[in-house]
Amino acid sequence: MIDTLSHLPRPDAGAAELADRFADLAPPLTARQAALESARCLYCYDAPCINACPSEIDIPSFIRNISHENVQGAAQTILSANILGGSCARVCPTEILCQQACVRNNAQECAPVLIGLLQRHAIDNAQFSEHPFQRAAASGKRIAVVGAGPAGLSCAHRLAMHGHEVVIFEAREKAGGLNEYGIAKYKLVDDFAQRELAFLLQIGGIEIRHGHKLGDDLSLSELHQQFDSVFLGIGLAASKRLGLADDAAPGLLAATDYIRELRQTDDLSQLPLARRCIVLGAGNTAIDMAVQMSKLGADDVNLVYRRGLSEMGATEHEQAIAKDNQVRLLTWAQPEQVLLDDQGQVRGMRFARTRLDNGRLQATGETFELAADAIFTAIGQAFDGAALVDPLARELQREGERIWVDAQLRTSLPGIYAGGDCTALGQDLTVQAVQHGKLAAEAIHAHLMLTVEAA
Amino acid sequence: MADLSIEFAGIKAPNPFWLASAPPTDKAYNVVRAFEAGWGGVVWKTLGEDPAAVNVSSRYSAHFGPNRQVQGFNNIELITDRSLEINLREITQVKKDWPDRAMIVSLMVPCVEESWKTILPLVEATGCDGIELNFGCPHGMPERGMGAAVGQVPEYVEMVTRWCKTYSSLPVIVKLTPNITDVRLSARAAYRGGADAVSLINTINSITSVNLERMVANPIVGSQSTHGGYCGSAVKPIALNMVAEIARDPETRGLPICGIGGIGSWRDAAEFVALGCGAVQVCTAAMLHGFRIVEEMKDGLSRWMDSQGYASLKDFSGRAVGNTTDWKYLDINYQVIAKIDQDACIGCGRCHIACEDTAHQAIASLTQADGTHKYEVIDEECVGCNLCQITCPVESCIEMVAQDTGKPFLDWLHDPRNPYREAS
Repeated sequence: MIDTLSHLPRPDAGAAELADRFADLAPPLTARQAALESARCLYCYDAPCINACPSEIDIPSFIRNISHENVQGAAQTILSANILGGSCARVCPTEILCQQACVRNNAQECAPVLIGLLQRHAIDNAQFSEHPFQRAAASGKRIAVVGAGPAGLSCAHRLAMHGHEVVIFEAREKAGGLNEYGIAKYKLVDDFAQRELAFLLQIGGIEIRHGHKLGDDLSLSELHQQFDSVFLGIGLAASKRLGLADDAAPGLLAATDYIRELRQTDDLSQLPLARRCIVLGAGNTAIDMAVQMSKLGADDVNLVYRRGLSEMGATEHEQAIAKDNQVRLLTWAQPEQVLLDDQGQVRGMRFARTRLDNGRLQATGETFELAADAIFTAIGQAFDGAALVDPLARELQREGERIWVDAQLRTSLPGIYAGGDCTALGQDLTVQAVQHGKLAAEAIHAHLMLTVEAA
Repeated sequence: MADLSIEFAGIKAPNPFWLASAPPTDKAYNVVRAFEAGWGGVVWKTLGEDPAAVNVSSRYSAHFGPNRQVQGFNNIELITDRSLEINLREITQVKKDWPDRAMIVSLMVPCVEESWKTILPLVEATGCDGIELNFGCPHGMPERGMGAAVGQVPEYVEMVTRWCKTYSSLPVIVKLTPNITDVRLSARAAYRGGADAVSLINTINSITSVNLERMVANPIVGSQSTHGGYCGSAVKPIALNMVAEIARDPETRGLPICGIGGIGSWRDAAEFVALGCGAVQVCTAAMLHGFRIVEEMKDGLSRWMDSQGYASLKDFSGRAVGNTTDWKYLDINYQVIAKIDQDACIGCGRCHIACEDTAHQAIASLTQADGTHKYEVIDEECVGCNLCQITCPVESCIEMVAQDTGKPFLDWLHDPRNPYREAS
């Protein structure tokens, strides 16, 4: 249980009712709905949706397959570009990706094809008698993948397909990364992340070793020596801190820590409930946190952001989810002080009102207080520098705090690749991480095969 | 409001919308409902000699569009499966109760003079307004020497029509089968036999689909199937052409035509009238939506006629016939070029790939800075085929613009490039 919140009460609702509240936010399409929706696709040439998909799924093709009653073919098209197509169908912010690019958004129609739901339909309904991808002949090469999140898994699968042996090193008990530990429960329900993992591993040639953490019992130097190539998909393991006094007081917690706990519990009624809570942040994690606390039964959920709605990282779609769940979005206010009660537990927060002054954010001088039983910070994830402490790791060129990579996901060190959130390339999205993993695998494969031929 | 009433081949009706001979006109119950709904007339489902035909189960199948829209419809039903006596009694009663509506009786008996001589007076005694000869039924009945088996032989068409004119004083409408190579031959035969009108088209031989699990075509009867008669929206283009062929045939000039085939809206009906029809018959659309559709058809047609200044159907009947001609008379110097309205374009690229892969490489795909594409017509390459306009999902986005070539009208008969040209 989450120690820092152990003084809080438990939800009033029973486990079954809570489970209902956390059911699929966007329920799957029925077969009939999928048929109707797929028929809406115009089968564009040089389709804008493909251009907008970070993993370059041939969307018109898979939708045409659905429309022509070939769900299996549709799923294979998706998976060949994105082996985590099932989770991406659920967690992608399609409203800023494929569906935003859909030509049916035009002024006459204003209604994109529901690409995400169609993708989910294909993946959920395909019944493969065996894994749809075959491994090439064994190459004799071994590659270490650090981190079993979307980037690492995608990389591992593609490498295995090319005939290489892959060992994934994962710090946590389960593989899946944010799909397992970080996504709002109502977006990725039940044990989907584990089922998807099991499917992915069917290809063979992938071994996952749990409980190993880079910078802890693993060093890049060793991996580099023991394997033919190394892929780093270590994400952003650290949550940014507030930098205020008392920011470790009981009642104050990183949203990601709470969400991880929430996703792992079998009984939502045993979670600590903050009847009045504050969520600090403006991204999708902040929304996820606020909405989930609201679903658990909180009476008063305030999401506070120091700038305006239009500057929020959370999309309009996400903001609408928050509003639908009685989350109050308070803007133009920044945390000033954590307020504690006699026992040193959070009782609220004081905020300074802000405004833009010649493009710079300024405190107006006005302050206000919000009462709260807990404060959740969702002000961004940070690179965990402790992972890169061995002599070789220190040599990695960085871009900001993250790892620098080129377009082929090569780091500054030969034979070492990186992808996903731990790099500065592209957006911090699951689908982007999957693409990185895939491209890195292709680059690793091309490089290793080149050296084989040369030898 | 425009006057929709008609007099077709001597038969009066309050509007040109008649129900075709088919299940909707099988018995008094349906026909009364149709008249209550406002249909101008019916062609009572084909009567035959007793014993009545026996039908199988199942009977219908369809060709579906992507949204389960029925594009084409297929049936393997035979003519009426009720006794002649019951049908005649009901026809008499319904005509008596609905004197202002057109009551046509469809007939099909063996190709023997005696058979026709026997049935015609019985039919005339019902008080009906006319008869329609079913020379088109393409399934089942031809195997017994009736229906299309008659319609496909012009000599039989002429002969039976003449018998009907001999033994009946009623207007005779000959219903033509499309399952032939040149419909004009059948129409001419009917004309020679003394027909008062022709109606077309009857259904087209068809198999709509195959059940791939059971490896049998639809509709399935036990473990087998048979071809049926195709109708519905999908056959409209075929019907329009056959109507036009007859309308512009000098040999049958003036022969009234009743249009049938895929009519489901006032616009469909208006198109048939424009190509020379004086009345139309509807079946599939009613079978899919019920008799109520006539309400919108009447309303739409009459409002459109008002907007065009047509007081009655006669005012525009046949207006498009003169503009329908043989290919050799078309103006070879006429030129249109596609023009894309860039503001309306949604960037789907369909025009480009259609033209690039299958036509004239006349639409360039220009990659923009943001990764999207702009599509531009290359005027010099465009032959004005309309393909881009057809594949474009946005209405009015691509316009085919007539070009001023400065060249005079020239048809192929007089084109210098034609080695067999006629001397001018």
